[in-house]
Amino acid sequence: MRTTLHVNGKLVEVDVEPRLTLADCLRHELRLTGTHVGCEHGVCGACTIIVDGQAVRSCLVLAVQADGASIQTVEGLAGGDALGPLQTAFRRHHGLQCGFCTPGMLMTAHALLQAEPEASEARIREVLSGNLCRCTGYVGIVKALLDARSAYARPHTREAR
Amino acid sequence: MKLPSFDYAAPSTLQEAVSLLGAHAGSALAIAGGQSLLPMLAYRLVAPSLLIDLRRVPGLDAISVTDEGVCLGSKVRWCDVESDARLRTAHPLLAQAVTHVGHSSIRNRGTVGGSLAHADPAAELPGIALTCDAQIAVAGALCPRTIRAEDFFLGPMTTALASDELIVELRFPAWPAARRWAFEELARQRGAFAIAGLALYYDLRDAAAANVHIGVFGAGPRPQRITQAEAALNGRVIDEQAIAAAARTASATVEAIDDVNASAAYRRSLVGTLLERALTRAAQG
Ligand SMILES: Cc1cc2nc3c(=O)[nH]c(=O)nc-3n(C[C@H](O)[C@H](O)[C@H](O)COP(=O)(O)OP(=O)(O)OC[C@H]3O[C@@H](n4cnc5c(N)ncnc54)[C@H](O)[C@@H]3O)c2cc1C
Ligand code: FES
Ligand code: FES
Repeated sequence: MRTTLHVNGKLVEVDVEPRLTLADCLRHELRLTGTHVGCEHGVCGACTIIVDGQAVRSCLVLAVQADGASIQTVEGLAGGDALGPLQTAFRRHHGLQCGFCTPGMLMTAHALLQAEPEASEARIREVLSGNLCRCTGYVGIVKALLDARSAYARPHTREAR
Repeated sequence: MKLPSFDYAAPSTLQEAVSLLGAHAGSALAIAGGQSLLPMLAYRLVAPSLLIDLRRVPGLDAISVTDEGVCLGSKVRWCDVESDARLRTAHPLLAQAVTHVGHSSIRNRGTVGGSLAHADPAAELPGIALTCDAQIAVAGALCPRTIRAEDFFLGPMTTALASDELIVELRFPAWPAARRWAFEELARQRGAFAIAGLALYYDLRDAAAANVHIGVFGAGPRPQRITQAEAALNGRVIDEQAIAAAARTASATVEAIDDVNASAAYRRSLVGTLLERALTRAAQG
């Protein structure tokens, strides 16, 4: 089935079976293997990407359902080889160890901080509760988000400080 | 696991969606947010020949608040309920319950109609619909009909919906501003399905409780009302004795199941505790 997606700013067309999940479409058809797949049934959050501005689990969306949608994956977070501010904060605060959960964490965090640049620690913890990490114990991840908030502050909120 | 194969259609009218369902009765399924259906497919618990995506069907995503009450279109997502400030006064119980559904990325896609049709015994919305005497409007090949929540949920993942019917909207009766209410749930971790949850409301008449409604989900095979506790509380002042007696009645009469999360005995005891907490909170206003 012909499906058109806008992935990280580029228009792409794929021809996929209806049963293909968006996660597998990104990884196998578009070779964007930054999106990780853990459980394949919605519980781990590793496959989280941003669809039309909102964080969603790409293993719980069919590629054909995303026809016409704007998609951002972890590949779209960095500017070329330079890490984005959120990725830099993860690195600074040891927000990752094995890195398996990291793409999902980053995209969940990116969607949150874009919508709520002043999210409190409690709010950050609540939103991250949907993403499992077996390595870090989460403390570094939470610190990274708290630190990265300033990079997402809207111009008027920056002035207000 | 990878999903079994199926055909896919994304009709652009309700009429078309209903006739496609009818033409493939029994072997086609609707898909809304996919947050329950995709896991079911991944586990191969269902193997439909055709998925009918409702995403292009117009007119199903409105939230309306009128003197008659609150209406949620079947495609209203959890995040839409959360971000609609009107609901915090028009239906605070509903607004509170929805914050307990899954995680934010699931609430970004999961819908009202999907939750009602899926009928997970531990899901919040079916529990709230039953507690509040809500009605479910459905469209099918024959004439449209309205089903009362108490007639809709028949058992785990089983509803009164025919295989060629679609949910159109969920209607809640009006919510008086002075109404007392509370929502309590226990889950193993944030976002997990409830081991048991409880919703209640009552109105005050001369300092006594009237119109008491108590609903429980997660404890039994389907959402249930705790009618004996409701009857015991109607006409009474909600004080410590009334609360303790109601909690005992609820523990004794609730239908509870054993599963990997908890034993039936634990659930019965838990429901008593949840009712005690809820009544205490509601009495504080
Ligand atoms: C990790 C995880 C945690 C979750 N936690 C919770 C939780 O705590 N509480 C909770 O309540 N839910 C929870 N859910 C489920 C979630 O709320 C689902 O979104 C919801 O149950 C189904 O909505 P949906 O739109 O995604 O439906 P879908 O998955 O698209 O469909 C579910 C079923 O409903 C049918 N259907 C869909 N729309 C209609 C319609 N309009 N008419 C008739 N039939 C229809 C489909 O055919 C299918 O059988 C969780 C899900 C996941 C993956
Ligand atoms: S792989 Fe999608 S949530 Fe686990
Ligand atoms: S860094 Fe290994 S799972 Fe999170």
